Amino acid sequence: MTATADSTALEFGKSRTRKEDARLITGRTRYTDSITPSGCLHVAVVRSPLSHAKILSIDTAEAKKAPGVHGVYTLADLGAEAVGMPCAWPITPDQKAPQRPVLAKDAVHFAGEGVAVVVARTLAEAKDAAELVEVDYDPLDPVLDMEAALAEGATLVHPDLGTNESATWVFDSGEAGTGGSVSDAIAAAEADPDQVVVKRRFRQQRLVPAFMEPRSCVVDPTGEQIVIWAATQVPHILRTMTTVTLGVPESKLRVIAPDVGGGFGGKIGVLPEEMMTVLLAQKLRKPVKWTETRSECMLTAHHGRDQIQDITITAKKDGTITGLDVKLLADMGAYLGLVGPGVPVLGAFMFNAIYKVPAYRFSTTNVFTTKTLTDAYRGAGRPEATFGIERIIDELAVELGREPLELREQNWIKHEEFPFTTVCGLTYDSGDYEQATARAKELFDYDGLRREQAERRANGDRVQLGIGISTFTEMCGLAPSRVLGSLAYGAGGWEAASIRMLATGKVEVITGASAHGQGHETAFSQIVADKLGVPFEDVEVLHGDTASSPKGLDTYGSRSLVVGGIAITMAADKVIEKAKKFAAHMLEADVSDIEFNAGQFTVRGTGAGKAIQEIAFAAFMAHDYPEGIEPSLDSDAVYDPENFSFPHGTHLAAMEVDTDTGRVTLRQYVCVDDIGNVVNPLIAEGQVHGGLAQGIAQALFEEANYDDQGTLVNGTFVDYTLPSAADLPSFTTEIVSTPATSNPLGVKGVGEAGTIASTPAIVNGVLDAVRHLGVKDIEMPTTSQRVWRAIQAAQGHSTQETPIDTHSPGAGLGSIDPNNPQGEVQ
Amino acid sequence: MIPAKFDYVKPASVAEAVTALREGGEDAKILAGGQSLLPVLRLRMAAPSVVIDLGGIAELRQIREEGDRIAIGAMVPHHDVMRDDLVKQHLTLLQQATETVADPQVRHRGTLGGALAHADPAGDLGAVALALEAEFVIAGADGTRTVSASDFFVDYFTTAIGEGEILTEMRFPKYTGWKTHYEKFNRVAQAWSMVAIAVALKVDGGSISEARVGLTNMGTTPIRASGVEAALVGQQASADAAKAAAEHVTEGTAAPSDADAAADYREHLARVLTGRAVLAAAG
Repeated sequence: MTATADSTALEFGKSRTRKEDARLITGRTRYTDSITPSGCLHVAVVRSPLSHAKILSIDTAEAKKAPGVHGVYTLADLGAEAVGMPCAWPITPDQKAPQRPVLAKDAVHFAGEGVAVVVARTLAEAKDAAELVEVDYDPLDPVLDMEAALAEGATLVHPDLGTNESATWVFDSGEAGTGGSVSDAIAAAEADPDQVVVKRRFRQQRLVPAFMEPRSCVVDPTGEQIVIWAATQVPHILRTMTTVTLGVPESKLRVIAPDVGGGFGGKIGVLPEEMMTVLLAQKLRKPVKWTETRSECMLTAHHGRDQIQDITITAKKDGTITGLDVKLLADMGAYLGLVGPGVPVLGAFMFNAIYKVPAYRFSTTNVFTTKTLTDAYRGAGRPEATFGIERIIDELAVELGREPLELREQNWIKHEEFPFTTVCGLTYDSGDYEQATARAKELFDYDGLRREQAERRANGDRVQLGIGISTFTEMCGLAPSRVLGSLAYGAGGWEAASIRMLATGKVEVITGASAHGQGHETAFSQIVADKLGVPFEDVEVLHGDTASSPKGLDTYGSRSLVVGGIAITMAADKVIEKAKKFAAHMLEADVSDIEFNAGQFTVRGTGAGKAIQEIAFAAFMAHDYPEGIEPSLDSDAVYDPENFSFPHGTHLAAMEVDTDTGRVTLRQYVCVDDIGNVVNPLIAEGQVHGGLAQGIAQALFEEANYDDQGTLVNGTFVDYTLPSAADLPSFTTEIVSTPATSNPLGVKGVGEAGTIASTPAIVNGVLDAVRHLGVKDIEMPTTSQRVWRAIQAAQGHSTQETPIDTHSPGAGLGSIDPNNPQGEVQ
Repeated sequence: MIPAKFDYVKPASVAEAVTALREGGEDAKILAGGQSLLPVLRLRMAAPSVVIDLGGIAELRQIREEGDRIAIGAMVPHHDVMRDDLVKQHLTLLQQATETVADPQVRHRGTLGGALAHADPAGDLGAVALALEAEFVIAGADGTRTVSASDFFVDYFTTAIGEGEILTEMRFPKYTGWKTHYEKFNRVAQAWSMVAIAVALKVDGGSISEARVGLTNMGTTPIRASGVEAALVGQQASADAAKAAAEHVTEGTAAPSDADAAADYREHLARVLTGRAVLAAAG
């Protein structure tokens, strides 16, 4: 940081309200769908209602005759049979990856897959005509269950691959030399009466990312460059991948992500609809727009999670962990997403979490099913890992009769042990689990709530109290490029930045990170205002347009500040170094005598000085500047991190369970997160709040449900139950900071922390409330019905569950035809 | 999403609306707030030839006192119902249930008449209208007729409103001084009821002299829990009496099974929630 005499003048650490909010919150800005070049045509996609079927025929004749229609196309009509959507993460050399076409070729592999496309003068005409496309299907058996999909004789999603297994990726600390052999550890524990072996199976249900702005893209082919506006997190990756996929030279493409309404990983993909829109624009030589409906979004935008976790932990009876074995089945859906296969791998290094685990093995088997594909969703692999370890630690505590927080402390890395190299070979640079935990316990009144819990149990109260714990860490700031290379990831992990000093002293910051709601413009302006000693208001942050920001790797994995922010800092340092030469020339001093502080360049030991704005103007005029340098202060930087950053925190949840109804209520939530130095506490708190809501929603509310035919049955916000503010308490969040030592700002990243940490805290709390009644586990989401049935079963009352009619009306949308209460379901 | 094409008319009177409905034939649809109709139009699950918007008929937006009754126009939005002084004074159960409907945006757009005519068994207001013995005024080409609540709800999304007819008004007897409660159980705050219990009690000197109990989402229509009512009358408003009466709650029900709740769980919830609703009302 730039040191100034008055530290209160620093922008770093100030809770500024976000400068982008006025336009984002009012919607008075440009989202992709609000961009309509003159003469723009509109697209409607005909989608398969079936999860798995052969396409016998597609009749587009009637649709072609409909008013306003410019064209109706199948894959063959587009001449795009050879086009395959990219997967950038072959996790193993022999990973099986089916070609994913832009429209289905001769079979559909998930409900919602595009079959044909209508282009018309208006969107209404396109939608009307799409209803006239007749598709004749021959249904095939759906493939829905991962274990069944791997069994001998299973129906194959892609028969040409010969299997439903895409790949199996293994890490073994014994083989890697980073720890012992877990097979030995398990064998030793089984043979040793002074050790325990705890095995559990957990399920990570499938989730819908549910970002606010549906996906959209507009392609204008009428200029020298093809311009693509897209509601994407990854404009730079989209440009490169458009070249890779369609062969259009990268130099002939300009991609713009205007303001983007959220993503949570859900907009990290490169979409068949995007490539199809480029093809249509090229074919018709007119601008073309595709914008999905909310229903299409929930059905076809990639989903998150969906793992079966078989976890074995071994420990001495004194509580010391001796080994951890993790076997995952990960549902890829029908195809591989851009980074989907790597999502479970991102969790591989996080199951050991904050604990000293001497022997560790991880394997994931990625499986194809006839469902919507899965890919990154807030946390991407790390929430799944954190859930697995934090749940199994509680199970171990139960097995050993230990207080779960004490058992954690016994096994975690002590603050004096940092830097600490884990059983996965990662080096955690900093952290203080004792500090965060002590503060969280205090804010939570941990001991008081434990007493209340004991009283309620003793009294047999109708409403029981449970305390849920999650002491999480994550690896973020994706990522050191060499590490990504070692994992066969299809790109680096650096980030780029430029700073332009304008003639009038204003500053343009260009970042390769691509904001979609995070507040980059505010936080980056704060950093640069401090670095260059200019007013916050004088800094403008430009992003998301490959013409103004030609180099970048975009926003995901809590990387924008930790990687992109450092690149900006480096570019600012270069501006200062260039400006010093101008200052020396203007002040007739030696460069080595020039000091820079709070926007002023001064000659050491004198009062003489020049403001950075004056120097910017002098560089612009260029009437008089030193020999041998260019008349510009503008600077570029690329930062490639040496290590990940490792935020951590202690999250505590007080869960009430109504044992009569099964209703779960989150009474109180306290989290103390160590995210290193904080640029803007208000933005950080907002990230934690939103992250908590999403993680808690996985534990309590959300699940993408498929029926036995592979139809998504809760694909609207009527039945996909997202919580609102009314369903969540006011969170108590606090931040403690042990600065990261791996980057010059000491920052760690915060975008995913709340989501990663909160899910196991909630489920551990629910179980803690009812475990004394004999309940051992409840699958997520822990709905009132599941909790009630678990209690009934534990008490020996068998409940005869009546068969579920998933298409029952009575939930708002079954209301079409009283004579056909099943609506339009096939 | 974009609905299929339809014609749109906005009549200024009930008579005009009835004419438009007759002219529109069987594919005409009434728009009475649109909180249920618009989603199905946008999803193209319905494709009416003409949509007749009742939003321009001022006479349907009034709440009046008519002797021993409160008359509520079919187009009064939920928000206005729950803020109305007559409703607050004489129909606290309706007020309480209306406050639980969806979210503020929906309550400003959606109307009481629209919700009742839609007759979604998961909707909150049918059970209230049934329990409170409301009368439904229905206008058609031959004038108006009045239908009792017990005859109004016929089946899933089906009411006594005939072809060419429009629901114009609901007339509620006054329940001044009655003790009421609407106990709603749902997945998230803005979701539809999995089960809900509407209770109104007349309590004299600690003893229940009259009881009205309606059930939401326990069958193909709102259901009147007559067995519970009978069991409550003459009892002290106690936990034991509430629990005993609640045992009758599933009589005559046909609880649906869906992903949120199978029928057996719904029946269990109905028993638990009835006990609670009676106590909450009496308390």
